[in-house]
Amino acid sequence: MKSKVIVATTINDDDVEFLCEPRQSLLEVLRDVLGLTGAKEGCNNGNCGACNVLLDGVLVNSCLVLGVEVEGRTIETVEGLAAGGQLHPLQQKFLEHAALQCGICTPGFLLAAKSLLTHNPDPTEGEVRHWLAGNLCRCTGYDKIVRAVLDAADAG
Amino acid sequence: MQPFRYIRAQNAEHAATLLQQQNGRARILAGGTDLIVALRERRIEADLVIDIKGIPEVDDVTFDAHDGLRIGAAAPCYRIYRHADVVRHYPGIIDAASLIGGVQIQGRASLGGNLCNASPAADSIPALIVHSAICDIALPQTRRRVPVEEFCVAPGKTVLGRGEFLASLHLPPPPPGFGAAYLRFIPRNEMDIAVVGVGASVQLDADRRHIVAARIALGAVAPTPLFVPEAGAALLGAVADEAAFVRAAEIAQAAARPITDMRGTAEFRRHLVGVLTRRALAQAVERARK
Repeated sequence: MKSKVIVATTINDDDVEFLCEPRQSLLEVLRDVLGLTGAKEGCNNGNCGACNVLLDGVLVNSCLVLGVEVEGRTIETVEGLAAGGQLHPLQQKFLEHAALQCGICTPGFLLAAKSLLTHNPDPTEGEVRHWLAGNLCRCTGYDKIVRAVLDAADAG
Repeated sequence: MQPFRYIRAQNAEHAATLLQQQNGRARILAGGTDLIVALRERRIEADLVIDIKGIPEVDDVTFDAHDGLRIGAAAPCYRIYRHADVVRHYPGIIDAASLIGGVQIQGRASLGGNLCNASPAADSIPALIVHSAICDIALPQTRRRVPVEEFCVAPGKTVLGRGEFLASLHLPPPPPGFGAAYLRFIPRNEMDIAVVGVGASVQLDADRRHIVAARIALGAVAPTPLFVPEAGAALLGAVADEAAFVRAAEIAQAAARPITDMRGTAEFRRHLVGVLTRRALAQAVERARK
């Protein structure tokens, strides 16, 4: 009943195998089993977006995915954004625009913004706000985040 | 979360057999956006979770000009609203699939799951009704088909019996001169539950002036999503203009049985049914003329 399952997956371009119980969410696996604490637990029910990751390139809440579901899949977390010691352009723009204070929501916003710019490299402000509606920020406010994303799109 | 076993079903018969063997202690997992939360909050208990996303007919979205559209019950919203044939032929479905939750919910949540939750306020159900969707229900040995307007029987309750699950939704090909729309009222711009939702579809004649068929369905104004055939019937033969939309809207308002709750009063909901029915019909006609 409680036996663990071996899951083989790819996380941030690394082949990874982990053991988990079927009841563990992907978020719990990332944080508690694999030590990837970039994805945050906010609401744990799909409302806040703090746990966002890309699953086969699709933006999802990792609290609403079971760890056992990711067998053979590809996952990208915030830890995979920076490359070769260089911040991802979105991370750079978030810093320049001071688009974070406490930072809890930031990994989720970064992955949501990355997913937006993949589908729509030149979004309007309204499109940015609409796309980011599933991500909640309780301190910075949204203006700086929206400006950072628009600036990253312009720079991209 | 309580412990459970997890099985990825190989085909529909496998999933239905597992369901039946577990005697009510198994749950079907599609996108998980409701099930995983319910399991975590212990609103649902399960010994076995059966993942149906590995079953091609349950996961795929396919269109054929003769057979119409098949939406696998587990196909996530984003794959539906990015499907070129759905965009072209099923505008009411596009409206609904693109406003359920935020982007990260649409990456997982399915119309099948939305339907099986049987919420009176579910956005996809009025849209599915006006597109004349048929539910393809899998049992261990056989299948049965139920029109989507008969699928929900009470809040949270469906016609599904033990050992049955929803495999796919079948939408007929749209006839010439067809248009549809789904509109909802929420107090925010997005990420909210409908105070009222209205789906409308029309079929116009060859000169695109008169209505030859129409369907109207309402959400969040009755214990289940409500098909209002008499509102569509009132439009047959009518010129597709505002006067006709007003007549249909009045019939829809009379059919609504709204309650007062935290999202709105019964009176406000009845008012919204009128406004949204007129607007949804106008939009459906505009789309039919394109």
